[in-house]
Amino acid sequence: MKDKIIKIIARYHHDRHRLMDILIDIHDLQGYVGDTAIEVLAEQLNMSEVEINETLTFYHFFSKTPRGKYNIFLNNSITACMRGREKVKETLEEECGTEFGSVSPDGLFGLYSTSCMGMNDQGPSAIINDKVFTNLTPYRVKKLIADLKSGKTLDEAIYESVGDGNNSDPDVRSMVFNNIRKRMILLDKNYEKFEVVRNLLLQHSPDEIIGIVEDSNLRGRGGAGFPTGLKWRFGRRVEADHRVIICNADEGEPGTFKDRVLLTEFPDLVFEGMILAAYATGADIGLIYLRYEYRYLYKYLNRILEEMRKENLLGEGIAGIKQFNFDIRIQLGAGAYVCGEESALIESLEGKRGEPRDKPPFPVQKGYLGYPTIVNNVETLAAAVRIIKNGADWFKGFGTKDSLGTKLLSVSGDCKYPGIYEVEWGTSIREVMEMSGADDVQAIQVGGPSGVMISVKDIDNLGTTDLMKWYKPSGMMVAQKTFDRKLSYSDLPTGGSIIIFNNQRNLLNEVVTNFMDFFIEESCGSCSTCRNIPYLMKKKLEKIISGHGVRKDIDDLLSWGKIIKISRCGLGQTAANPVVSSILNFRHLYEQHVKAMADFDNVFDMEKSVEPANNYVGRKANIHHA
Amino acid sequence: MEKKIIATTSLAGCFGCHMSFLDIDERILDLIELVEFNKSPINDIKTFTKQVDIGIIEGGCCNSENIEILKSFRENCNVLVSLGECAIMGGLPALRNGIPIEECLKEAYLDGPTVRENKQKILPNNEELPMLLDNVYPCHEIVKIDYFLPGCPPRADLIWDALVALVTGDEMKLPYEVIKFD
Repeated sequence: MKDKIIKIIARYHHDRHRLMDILIDIHDLQGYVGDTAIEVLAEQLNMSEVEINETLTFYHFFSKTPRGKYNIFLNNSITACMRGREKVKETLEEECGTEFGSVSPDGLFGLYSTSCMGMNDQGPSAIINDKVFTNLTPYRVKKLIADLKSGKTLDEAIYESVGDGNNSDPDVRSMVFNNIRKRMILLDKNYEKFEVVRNLLLQHSPDEIIGIVEDSNLRGRGGAGFPTGLKWRFGRRVEADHRVIICNADEGEPGTFKDRVLLTEFPDLVFEGMILAAYATGADIGLIYLRYEYRYLYKYLNRILEEMRKENLLGEGIAGIKQFNFDIRIQLGAGAYVCGEESALIESLEGKRGEPRDKPPFPVQKGYLGYPTIVNNVETLAAAVRIIKNGADWFKGFGTKDSLGTKLLSVSGDCKYPGIYEVEWGTSIREVMEMSGADDVQAIQVGGPSGVMISVKDIDNLGTTDLMKWYKPSGMMVAQKTFDRKLSYSDLPTGGSIIIFNNQRNLLNEVVTNFMDFFIEESCGSCSTCRNIPYLMKKKLEKIISGHGVRKDIDDLLSWGKIIKISRCGLGQTAANPVVSSILNFRHLYEQHVKAMADFDNVFDMEKSVEPANNYVGRKANIHHA
Repeated sequence: MEKKIIATTSLAGCFGCHMSFLDIDERILDLIELVEFNKSPINDIKTFTKQVDIGIIEGGCCNSENIEILKSFRENCNVLVSLGECAIMGGLPALRNGIPIEECLKEAYLDGPTVRENKQKILPNNEELPMLLDNVYPCHEIVKIDYFLPGCPPRADLIWDALVALVTGDEMKLPYEVIKFD
């Protein structure tokens, strides 16, 4: 085994920056990375064991102890819970003979939970040994586990139902469905592969390309909305030996799955966007950071890259342009939401823990390995190609004044037709509800948990109310009165996650609690604010839900929500949003639970509290009741 | 002006906060002009003899006696102040919160490297002893606390300023230097 590990390390030229790849390969080899492997790694990479452990323990798809032959990672996102995750979980535990977080006695199955895996429109879903299983029900779980026990392979289990489009590609063969419900300019099937790179690049200088993108006012589609042309110009301006283009495919915000569909159906468009960005900025290194959950696309995407190399679309002198050298490598993540933050993503690419960096310097100044680095979202890169092909003026024909073009929405939750909708910016929430067949709507989460929750009553004062203070580019939860608000950078910006909740849903018990669990789980732990406050908030929330809350508890939650804003990255800064926005917009739900007259309530129970120690030392409780 | 009445106690603390209190040095003479002490280790009065204006609590709650004393302070004091890290957060004693209480007792009385004489494996279980709680609790999780003075221990000047503010009713000045700890 030791020899094999040494071989793996040699394959990556003993480069410590490739630690992620090395760990993934060792994992594939023996199912975990144990102490022996860590010793070998430390010696071969000239690192300390602590450094190896730092990276290894950060990502939840890595394990230091052996797992099962089949490791089942069941998604615990809110929509999965709404669609019967609990029953699926119970069935899995029953059938596999073990509890979540452990391996079955026969060593066959390991059961684990995992955060949103980009399958919100077809949950509950699970990743089993890197393969995705969607729409799980107790019945399907029983059958699947029985099949695996009887010796069927995972592939055989999948082949019973393969998804649509390229999901049936021989290199993909997954049961994932694209669920594309509405196409406009980005998802337009009328796309001639690499036409822009082959024919149009020669006609434009890099500056002209940046000029067109700037003119189109294309803004980052990941959620923050930074002007793409400006980012490219910044990157180009910095003197350096190398420049780097990174495609951020670490789509981790719960509720988004658009990048998964883009990479399945339009990988060429995304790669072309990267070439375009490389040409415009003078970059020679291209990286795609693909979240581990989408590993089932890895072989397929690499095949396309290989084809591109053969056609001189990657490599040296691309498309006959002298000195235009650029290649793309796919880097897999290993399960960490925070790696979607661009500086954390770069840390991860360098083989380290995915902890956000202090800024400045910004990645465009000093990013991957210290080179100026442009990190763009999958959708942004795809849109750039359409813009160069059709011109900035054409693009300006779509959307609103400050938000041009279209946006891919990932719609899930309580609606008839969850899936991908390409809509013009300026589309209202109400229109999205109509498109997706959602009626009886109580609330909508726009932009994932780090967004804000909006209620019906607030529609009239929006724009001026406190809401705006909390309003983060990543989105918000909206309620009925707000449904006429329009998706745009000035009104309701979004990375594209739309989760719909009907009137039967218990927003506090189900939704806010689930979102807080997500932030507790996914905090990188670097800032004490983001590490502690979500946990304390969840405790407080539970206190309120249990009927022990007082008004002061609500005020405490709001004031803690302000403190958390000093966290280093966007994840930390928005981690209190589910609580804060739900208080601001659904305060009545909180007020229902708290005691109006009491100014203090502890949940402390002396009898319960002394029980464990008394039992251990062998004495009875004698409590004086005052 | 009528003298304000003060009571103090140390629960699961180390008396460091009380020592810091005594660090107000000769100002204690001024203090005696302003206040009268009731139940407190400083004068060794063991029980409340009248309603008290200001109760000062050092330490969190690790056993049943701490809880009872804290509750009696809440009943007998108009204003309660949590003094120092242990009262506010549980402090050092709360480090045991991550370890099951059974393991703590086992380590302390049976298996610890310094346990020599306990051949009969006796665990303290006399009815006279306070009962241990499952966790160490900060005071505000047991009763309502009105003010918090952070520090380990809080500096004598901070305690002095806070007391003067509480006694005179003037607003306390809290410049950044006083509350920063990095």
